[in-house]
Amino acid sequence: MAAVVNTLDEESPIKTYTVNVGPQHPAAHGVLRLVAEMAGEVVERADPHIGLLHRGTEKLIEYKSYLQAMPYMDRLDYCAPMAMEHVFVLGVEKLLGVKVPPRAQYIRVLYAEISRLMNHLLCITTGALDVGATTPALWGFEEREKLMEFSERVCGARMHANYFRVGGVALDMPAGLAEDIYSFTETYPLYIDDLDALLTNNRIFKQRTVDIGVVSREQALAWGMSGPMLRGSGVPWDLRKAQPYDAYDQMDFDIPIGLTNDCWARYLVRMEEMRQSIRIIRQCLEKMPGGPVRAGDHKVTPPKRSEMKRSMEALIHHFKLYTEGFHVPAGETYTTVEAPKGELGIYFIADGTNRPYRCHIRSPGFAHLSALDFMSKGHMLADVVAMIASLDIVFGEIDR
Amino acid sequence: MTDQSLKDLGAHVAGALGAVVLATDVRLGELMLTVRRDSIVEVLTFLRDDPQCLFQELMDVCGADWPEQVERFEVIYNLLSISKNHRIRVKVRTEDGVPVPSVTALHPGAVWFERETWDMYGVLFAGHPDLRRILTDYGFEGHPLRKDFPLTGYVEVRYDDELKRVIYEPVKLTQDFRTFDFLSPWEGMTNVMLPGDEKAGVAKTGSKP
Repeated sequence: MAAVVNTLDEESPIKTYTVNVGPQHPAAHGVLRLVAEMAGEVVERADPHIGLLHRGTEKLIEYKSYLQAMPYMDRLDYCAPMAMEHVFVLGVEKLLGVKVPPRAQYIRVLYAEISRLMNHLLCITTGALDVGATTPALWGFEEREKLMEFSERVCGARMHANYFRVGGVALDMPAGLAEDIYSFTETYPLYIDDLDALLTNNRIFKQRTVDIGVVSREQALAWGMSGPMLRGSGVPWDLRKAQPYDAYDQMDFDIPIGLTNDCWARYLVRMEEMRQSIRIIRQCLEKMPGGPVRAGDHKVTPPKRSEMKRSMEALIHHFKLYTEGFHVPAGETYTTVEAPKGELGIYFIADGTNRPYRCHIRSPGFAHLSALDFMSKGHMLADVVAMIASLDIVFGEIDR
Repeated sequence: MTDQSLKDLGAHVAGALGAVVLATDVRLGELMLTVRRDSIVEVLTFLRDDPQCLFQELMDVCGADWPEQVERFEVIYNLLSISKNHRIRVKVRTEDGVPVPSVTALHPGAVWFERETWDMYGVLFAGHPDLRRILTDYGFEGHPLRKDFPLTGYVEVRYDDELKRVIYEPVKLTQDFRTFDFLSPWEGMTNVMLPGDEKAGVAKTGSKP
C-alpha cells in the first residue's frame, strides 16, 4: 500500500484543480457560486462568490420614507420575514423615542417566534435533505404551511408580511387566531419528536454531520458569528436574554448550547430552540394583555379609520403620514435583534428628515458565509454541502 | 448599561489611548468613539484586550458618505463584548484614495465587511488580503452607495437574442425617475431653498427703474 502512495507522489502528483459549484445548485440554498480549489476530493480553499441576488436594498431605503422602506425588510430574509421587520421598527423607535403599547410588544414577540419556527423548520429539514434524508423536508413543509397561515390570517400575506409598524403593529389579531395558534403549540411538539426520532440518532445523518465543520469558541468569536452558530460552539449568548427587547424580559425560556462545535451540535441547538420558541409562544398567548396595538402619537402612527370620518385633525394626520411620512430626529443607532440566524443589526443615520440618510443592514449570514473558507479546509467536497446547510444561509439577507 | 457607565467606559478608553481618540459621545444609550485613521488597529487591539473592555467580536463594518465634508467617508466599526455585555461604535474618517488600515489581522471576520465597504464606497483598506468587489457584478464600475451615484445606476443588462449573450447597455428609463420632496415647508425645514427664495437677495441689490 505504501509503495502505491510513493509511486503516486513521484510519478503522478495530484494537482489542485478548481471546481465551480452553482450559482444554481440544489445544495447551495439560493444563488451561491462556490469556487473550490480541490486536491483530489479534499477542499483546499473555498471562495464563495455572492451578490447574485444583490438588489441594492440599502440604497433604495435611502430614497424612501421610513414607512415606505418597511416592505424591503421582508425581502431580506424571506424565510423569517417578521424578524427582519422587527429590527427595523426597533431601530426607528429608538431614534424617535416612541413607547410601544404592551399588547403590540407581545404580538411582535409572538410573531418573531413564529418566524423562528418557520426558519428553523426550513433550515433543519432542507439541511437533512442535503445530506440525503427526504422525509423531514416533506413533513416540515406541511408544518411550515400552518405557520404561514397564521401569518396570512394576521396580515394577509404568507411571507412578505409588512405587518410590524413603527409604534406597534398594523392591525390587531383577528378573533379566534390566538386559540388556533395555541392548539398548534399542542400538536407541534409531537412533530418535533418525530423529527427527532428520524434524525438525531440516525446513523447516516450522524456520519454526515458529526465532526464536520468544527468551529471552536475562539474561531466563532473572531469571525463575528452569532446565533445558533455561536451557541453551537458552546457560547451561551442570546440577545433575547442578554439585551432583551420588547416583551422578551417577561418570558421564561432557556438558551441551549452545543457541546461538540460541529454541524450536529448546531442541528441540536436549533431543535431545542424550536421547543423553547413553543414555550415563548404559549406564554405570549397566556399573558397577552389587552389595549391598543399602536402608539397613540398620531405623528407616527395613523389614526383610526372611524376617527378620520369625523375629525379634521385625524384626516390631516393621516394625509401627512402617508405623503410626507414622519420626521426622525437626527441621530444614529446600531440596533440588534436575535434573528433566527443570529444577530441581525441595523445601523441608521438619521438626519432629521423623513428619510434615513444611511441604513446599513448587518446580516448574520454574511458573517457566517465568510467563515466557510476556514471551515471547509481539509474537508471533502460533500461535507461542504453539510456545512452550508448548517450555516443557515439565505441569500436575500446576505446579498441585500 | 446606563449612560453613566458608558461615559465611564468612554473616559477609560480615551484616558488609556490618549490623543488617538478624537471624541467620545454617548447618545441614545450607545457609546461612540471617533479615532484617528492611522490608529484604528491600535484602538481595536486595545478594545479587545483591555480587561474593562473585552470587545471580542467585531459585528459590523460599514461606510457612510458625506460628500460635502473634507474627508467624505466614514468607516464605522460596531463591536460587541459578550463577556461584559456591552457595545461600542468606533468611527474613522477618510477620503477618496486614502487607505484605512485593515483590521483583518485582528478580526478575520472583517475580511468580507471591508470588501463590502470597498465595493459600496470605494474606501481602500491597506493590508487587506483580498480586496475584491463582493456584492456587485463582475466588472462593475463605480461605487453604488456613494451619494453621487444615481439610484438607477448607469447600465442595464439584457439577453441579446442575436448575439446570444447578455449585453450591457446604458440605462433607458421609459419615464423620468420620480422623486417627491415631501419635506413640509412648515416643519423640519433645514436650509431649504423654496421656489422664489433666490429673488430675495436680488431684490435688494438690483436697481429697477
